[in-house]
Amino acid sequence: MEASKVIHAIYTDDDVLMSAVKKVKAERHHIEEIYTPFPVHGLDKAMGLAPTRIAITAFLYGLVGLTVAIVMMNFIMIEDWPQDIGGKPSFSYLENMPAFVPIMFELTVFFAAHLMVITFYLRSRMWPFKKAENPDPRTTDDHFLMEVTVHGNENELQRLLAETGAVEINLVDKAH
Amino acid sequence: MYTFSNKLKTFSIALIVLGVLGVGYGFMTSHKSLEDVKEMLAEEASHHGGEHETTTKAHVVAGVEDHSNNAHEENAHGALADVDHHGDEHAEHVMHQIHNRPWAALYVAAFFFMMIALGVLAFYAIQIASQAGWSPVLFRVMEGITAYLLPGAVIVLLIAIASGTIGHYNLFIWMDPEVVAHDKLIQGKSGWLSLTWFSVRGIIFILGWWLYRHFSRKFSIAQDTAEDKSNFKKSFRISAAFLVFFIYTESIMSWDWIMSVDPHWFSTLFGWYVFASMFVSGITVIALISIYLKSRGYLEFVNENHLHDVAKFMFAMSIFWTYLWFSQFMLIWYSNIPEEVTYFVTRFEDYKLPFLGMVVLNFVFPILMLMNADYKRIPWFVVMTGLVILFGHYIDIFNMIMPATVGDRWFIGIPEISSILLFAGLFIFIVFTALTKAPLLVKGYPFRKESEEFHY
Repeated sequence: MEASKVIHAIYTDDDVLMSAVKKVKAERHHIEEIYTPFPVHGLDKAMGLAPTRIAITAFLYGLVGLTVAIVMMNFIMIEDWPQDIGGKPSFSYLENMPAFVPIMFELTVFFAAHLMVITFYLRSRMWPFKKAENPDPRTTDDHFLMEVTVHGNENELQRLLAETGAVEINLVDKAH
Repeated sequence: MYTFSNKLKTFSIALIVLGVLGVGYGFMTSHKSLEDVKEMLAEEASHHGGEHETTTKAHVVAGVEDHSNNAHEENAHGALADVDHHGDEHAEHVMHQIHNRPWAALYVAAFFFMMIALGVLAFYAIQIASQAGWSPVLFRVMEGITAYLLPGAVIVLLIAIASGTIGHYNLFIWMDPEVVAHDKLIQGKSGWLSLTWFSVRGIIFILGWWLYRHFSRKFSIAQDTAEDKSNFKKSFRISAAFLVFFIYTESIMSWDWIMSVDPHWFSTLFGWYVFASMFVSGITVIALISIYLKSRGYLEFVNENHLHDVAKFMFAMSIFWTYLWFSQFMLIWYSNIPEEVTYFVTRFEDYKLPFLGMVVLNFVFPILMLMNADYKRIPWFVVMTGLVILFGHYIDIFNMIMPATVGDRWFIGIPEISSILLFAGLFIFIVFTALTKAPLLVKGYPFRKESEEFHY
């Protein structure tokens, strides 16, 4: 299968990588993946990746946490056993609300933060004992790797990537 | 260079004229004699019927102090005893509240606009002291706004002093020697709360703030044409020094100019609370004026990234204000100690809508509007939220002053609105005149280039 063939172009500088990405995009080749040792500012924009929606999920998780806090405190303190504790007015939720605000706040933050992190792990497929998907160990240190799919245009692609300043260009067959 | 458009100038002068007329009207109509007040109360009683008895009781318990609503244990006990024969005393109390209203309305508006200028000055000093790289393109706007500080603060101090000398102790009852003579609590505080000391402290605050504003502006303009960075270094040093001076004087100012309208009450985080209010209002005004000037084509070097940062500050400081508001309220509500809880009891009973409404205006609205990163970059969105925040913080100051001066006789009517118009007009006039005095971009400032290319 031809589509399983990719080219790994390796760079040693993030600025060179950025201009290479722009060039490859301009020539309308599909960039499969880019591996970098650290976040390169503007790389997602240059690659044309869709913006993340994780902040929206965090907001919704926060609302869930707020609801949990309100329902929980309302049930425990107002409905189930409305005791007089130090003269606090446990007649209705609103009357005693200031005392519940710290819990409401903390649970909102707790839910927003933790569920967002878990969402991040799920979406980026990260978990303990996960097999690392690193094509070249040098990309965790000081090299940048661009993976471009090949559709029978190997030579043309290799020439283009060499022009962009790649220090190493490897043709890799992904289908094992 | 910015030129003050004739339209805006006429508009600000019209505001001032309208405001002066309205304030004058407020003072004229508030001169009610005791007889008038009695008549009015009798009429109200017949209108309200049975309801009146209960409201009167609550009212008297809340405070029978001659001019104020400050509850005070001894007085409250006394009040309960003579609830039955409170006729004249009650009418006199109400009369004073009616007399206080135009004073308090003027004071709230004067303080509100002064605090915007002071908040911007603090923000400006922080930007210089922290060597912020994004904000230098907005420095001239900030310098323009702080031009209002000197006249604004002098007006506030003059109103405060006049209320105790020309007026009949309409804002600060501790200025009234007769009240102090019968009030052990105020006597105990008279070492701090005396008219002379109050004035001297006020002059020291204003002088200190004005000196910083004067020199930082001078260095900023001198840096435009300077060959070296010595002016920048000087302004960096005085900014750091000013911030120390500011946080002390701001705190003391808030005790003097605001907290002492309730001389029986005290709160330790009050200074911070007032600071949060002035800081967020100041930042909001920076955003509004920058957007206005940009829409007129005077700030082409300001882009939506700068707007985004200012809006982030508006968002964060709104939350900070709410945090302090709630911390002050919740600690007092929770422990419910009579001597401090009266402050919130009067606000809850007589000011429910403004007291709770400002939490919606200052917290719920901005947090929902400015949470999204894209919305922070849309000018009309920031303007809309900014206007709500400003209104909310006017209500905040209103809630600090009014319950102690006019009690349940409050209303946002001609005296309040025209006081706002008067100071808004004055504010616009002074700020935009100051903006014409220097180029709108700091030329020689070391971080100018970084700021112009600022990108988020």
